[in-house]
Amino acid sequence: MAPKGPSKQELDRRKTVGINAETVTNITSTEFPGHYPGEDHSWSLSKYKKNLRIKFHKNLPYDASFSIIGIDASLANAIRRILIAEVPTLAIEQVFVTNNTSVLADEVLAHRLGLIPLRGSVSGLDATDVFLKPDEDNGIVGSQPADYNTIIMHLHVECTYNESADSNERDPKKRFHNSDVYARDLVFAPVGRQLERFKDDPIVPVNPDILIAKLRPGQIIDMELHCVKGLGMDHAKFSPVATATYRLLPKIDILKPILGLEAAKFQKCFPEGVIGIERVTAKEAGTEGSGYEGHEGKEKAVVRNSFADTVSRECLRHDEFKDKVKLGRVQDHFIFSVESTGQYPSTNLVLKSLKVLNLKARHLKRALDMLEGG
Amino acid sequence: MENGEPTQSSFDVDLADKIRVLPGASPTACSFQIEKEDHTLGNALRFFIMKNPDVEFCGYTIPHPSETKMHLRIQTWEDTGTTAFEALRKGCDDLIDFCEATSFTFTEALEEFEAEQEEQ
Repeated sequence: MAPKGPSKQELDRRKTVGINAETVTNITSTEFPGHYPGEDHSWSLSKYKKNLRIKFHKNLPYDASFSIIGIDASLANAIRRILIAEVPTLAIEQVFVTNNTSVLADEVLAHRLGLIPLRGSVSGLDATDVFLKPDEDNGIVGSQPADYNTIIMHLHVECTYNESADSNERDPKKRFHNSDVYARDLVFAPVGRQLERFKDDPIVPVNPDILIAKLRPGQIIDMELHCVKGLGMDHAKFSPVATATYRLLPKIDILKPILGLEAAKFQKCFPEGVIGIERVTAKEAGTEGSGYEGHEGKEKAVVRNSFADTVSRECLRHDEFKDKVKLGRVQDHFIFSVESTGQYPSTNLVLKSLKVLNLKARHLKRALDMLEGG
Repeated sequence: MENGEPTQSSFDVDLADKIRVLPGASPTACSFQIEKEDHTLGNALRFFIMKNPDVEFCGYTIPHPSETKMHLRIQTWEDTGTTAFEALRKGCDDLIDFCEATSFTFTEALEEFEAEQEEQ
């Protein structure tokens, strides 16, 4: 018996999310064992490896965009969720205030400090442990601050009069010293092994120009800051990404010819560059059943770059295009966009998130061993 | 931590408390309660377990949003001889394989892209 696999057309249909004017169809994958009689849809690593494609579109240090083709939505979403909430990230967690006579209350200032993104040697940060918070209710003692889990910074700024300024000077920046406290005023104080680990690339704010507070003569801020690694699920300051999103690749199928003035109108329904205008060739005009018969030289709409489409569905609002175009998205083509806050390069974060997912599975497997053993 | 890999989350629980079997289980039909996990692992694991031809049903739920517990239900076809435990273990193994294969391909694609950028 010859194996009868599904036709290419059928596979195409399965992989396309239909987008209609008001509804969507075929959203989730149906390729599970038992769904299609006679077809094998069990998990196969070799098949997965063979079909997986990863393509980069952009890789700036803190802004990466790439496509992962051939994975299920549940896994793409796991990667996204881990990027946002479960990759350990360094942020200011404890603020010990020696003196704060600024107009900002201690807790407000501490909150502002916590949200400042920090950066430094990636290998040094990797070698830094996640800080376990004490939790008396569940009997967790928590970590003790040490060189492998806590990074100390100091913020000591005092505002004074600038004696050499003109007496009529109105600009506080010229009239006073330290009238503004910026993120660049944070001073890293390495201890123990940190001296070696952060020798060439110390811990500094990603953006030195973040305004923390404003001071006037006589006011002073003097505090010690303890930075620890935590998870985004605990507090947004521990999230290593500004945004981590994915979208499915848009698909536009022109079913019937769109010609002449209609083509120009059709082009305007999409963002720039998505639809192009070409002339009907002699060959097309001569092909029976192509729909172009007798239209040689006329302008026609063609899909040039569906990647750039926003899937606004504008074209479906016009009656003349309703039956001529079919919109969709490719079910297993995920276009990721990962913007790091600056602590780790975006691509490093993706690899870290896969590692976290890997560890989750390993951890569960070990727990399962224990459950079965005991 | 020595090699700079991320460790299991500090919010995690002891191995002994991580997973338990809910009442009413049989070898081929079992509900697990997993502590400190959410849709991230729940949905990913459900996908891999459903990819197993010996599995009749797999689903997950988070019964209450303010409790960090995830329930995973697995039923296997009785005639295959596969137990729910084995199905869960295979799901974990497949997920580990997936992570490693994807990391590898990702690194390859990244190197390729960087080489391309340098040429230009």
